[in-house]
Amino acid sequence: MTPALQTKHLTATNLSIGYSVKGQNTCVAEKLELALNAGEFVCLLGPNGAGKSTLIRTLAGMQAPLSGALKLQDQSFHSIEPRERARMISVVLTEALPLGMMDAYSLVALGRHPYSGWLGGLNHSDKARIAWAFAAVGAQGLEARQIGELSDGERQKISIARALAQEAKVMLLDEPTAFLDLPRRVELMSILRTLAHREQMGLLLSTHDLDLALRFADRLWIITAEGQLIQGYPEQLAMSGTFARVFANENLDWDAERGAFRTHPHPCLKAHINGEGLYAIWTRRALERLGFGIAESDEKSALRIQVFDTHDGTEWSVASNGNQTTHTSIGQLIDWIRDEDWSVRSER
Amino acid sequence: MSTAVPTYPPRRSALLFCALGFALLLLAGLSACIGSTPLSLEVVLKALVGAPDIDPVLQQIVIDFRLPRILTSILAGAALATAGLMMQTIFRNPLADPFVLGVNSGASLGVAIVLLALAPTGLSLTAGLGLSGQIFLILASTGGAAATLFTVLVLSRKVDIMSVLIIGLMISYTVGALVSILMYFSMAERLQSFLSWSFGDYGNVSWAQMRAFAPAIIAALAISLLFVKPLDALLLGERYAESVGTRTQRARITILLAASVLAGTVTGFCGPIGFLGIAAPHLSRYLFHTSCHRVLIPASILVGALLSLSSDFIARGPGLDVSLPLNAITALIGAPVIIAALIKQRNLKRLFG
Repeated sequence: MTPALQTKHLTATNLSIGYSVKGQNTCVAEKLELALNAGEFVCLLGPNGAGKSTLIRTLAGMQAPLSGALKLQDQSFHSIEPRERARMISVVLTEALPLGMMDAYSLVALGRHPYSGWLGGLNHSDKARIAWAFAAVGAQGLEARQIGELSDGERQKISIARALAQEAKVMLLDEPTAFLDLPRRVELMSILRTLAHREQMGLLLSTHDLDLALRFADRLWIITAEGQLIQGYPEQLAMSGTFARVFANENLDWDAERGAFRTHPHPCLKAHINGEGLYAIWTRRALERLGFGIAESDEKSALRIQVFDTHDGTEWSVASNGNQTTHTSIGQLIDWIRDEDWSVRSER
Repeated sequence: MSTAVPTYPPRRSALLFCALGFALLLLAGLSACIGSTPLSLEVVLKALVGAPDIDPVLQQIVIDFRLPRILTSILAGAALATAGLMMQTIFRNPLADPFVLGVNSGASLGVAIVLLALAPTGLSLTAGLGLSGQIFLILASTGGAAATLFTVLVLSRKVDIMSVLIIGLMISYTVGALVSILMYFSMAERLQSFLSWSFGDYGNVSWAQMRAFAPAIIAALAISLLFVKPLDALLLGERYAESVGTRTQRARITILLAASVLAGTVTGFCGPIGFLGIAAPHLSRYLFHTSCHRVLIPASILVGALLSLSSDFIARGPGLDVSLPLNAITALIGAPVIIAALIKQRNLKRLFG
């Protein structure tokens, strides 16, 4: 690989993280060996309460580790002056931004604090970096807007621009996509991956969004409920069944082929779908959602559906218990299935 | 369609600062002229420069009564506004101010203790205290203010934005109760002097007191200007502030100590004066459309001085023979400002961090 990939921006050796309340240590995860490399976009996954935020806060220096060593570019983390450290590591937290009387530009300009003088005046290079940060997240034109008037997605971009203004090689983001809609999430993830690659930054992002993490991350870190940290390439972890072990429970199945979880409410009725193309795929999904198991053959199927094209569009021909019905839209089909009393038939 | 990106920082600030400075000068001039003995501007200027043909009585009125009073108003207003601004940022609470959080009461307790301790020597509240006595008064009221402020700070970390205000109120009541108990054991003439002090009055500070009053306030204001950047960073909350290199612990303690000196000194010399500490920073934010402390601290100093001077001007009742309680006037000016700010933003949290 390129030599840049070997540059380790942030390393942790034998790290134990957790809380210390009144001298009582509660360990969340221990013996972690981590390295965040230059030009790498890493997603941190894990069930709720496994310690994603604790790890992010510990790596950011906001919470002391219970034991172990943290290094930023070969310097021991705690020996670095706060101002110097702020030039090496930046964070995007879940904390709410101030909403009153602050425009986006002033917020992003706060990211220049590690460089500016005691009054916080901005020189030419500060202004250039701020403009660059706005452009990097695609937030040009928002400069004069008040933070309170921005949408959640815009606010998150501004928050990331603020961290970018710090010109640090490491950026840690704690669930930045949590309140965003899907297109905004995809956009943000793609911006972040591009930044990591282009600027040779080490980016660590915690998220619940498994699907997006699989698509965008260069590597994944997964914290398990038992406090283990599993690292690997997304595809590797998907193939090895790691996701199934960490996240699946009695109501969820890991679908290794699709790279997603699905619910399995123990279907007792089977449906067989005959047909090809997009319409057949989505018909299959509709039936799964309605609680049917998908049968490979039409024997023992309570429902046999034929999806076929006619000259005016697509039709669904349904056979069940000797009845034959035809539907001209998927909505009609779904309504029909929901109106039928399947519980009676399953007893038969 | 291309939208022009506005320049930063916005250019209107300079003009506004000039306007505020001019208004302050105008009001100071007016205050010097109008009073129980109306004077012309010419007489006032002559008195100030010490022209040989000036009536010594008139000169004494200007130099020994009106000038210290005007300076006291300006300094007290600037001090309370800056203390309020810093407290609002540190507590991330738009309604924090020395009065609301009980800091004035804490200072009163300090003053009451001094009063009781000094009572046997027969000294009145501020008049007649030597410089060391005044420094002692500043220390006592600042100590009382700081004790309250740090109590609120410790408690505020456990509760939400509204509860902090209620805690402040409860501390006020508690300390107020202690003060009443102290007063109960005090002599009658002390009670009278304490009561008039509690209405708020800028007339207590003569040139002798000014030697302690002005340096304390100017020093604390200068310190607050050193913390412009940490204050800005703290708007984002403690964690973000740390992430941009702020030593938050050190900054917070120094800022609150400066706020204690500001609020404590004013309370010690002029009585507990309410509402200026909230109203002035809000007006400044509204006028300058920013929350950058580099702009807000000087703006609050000017706006606070203006509000304070106008309150005193009204309290002295031009054209009337009476002098109204200063506290009543600041409340009449300050409370509507706060209500207007709340209604405009509809929500306490939206108003400010």
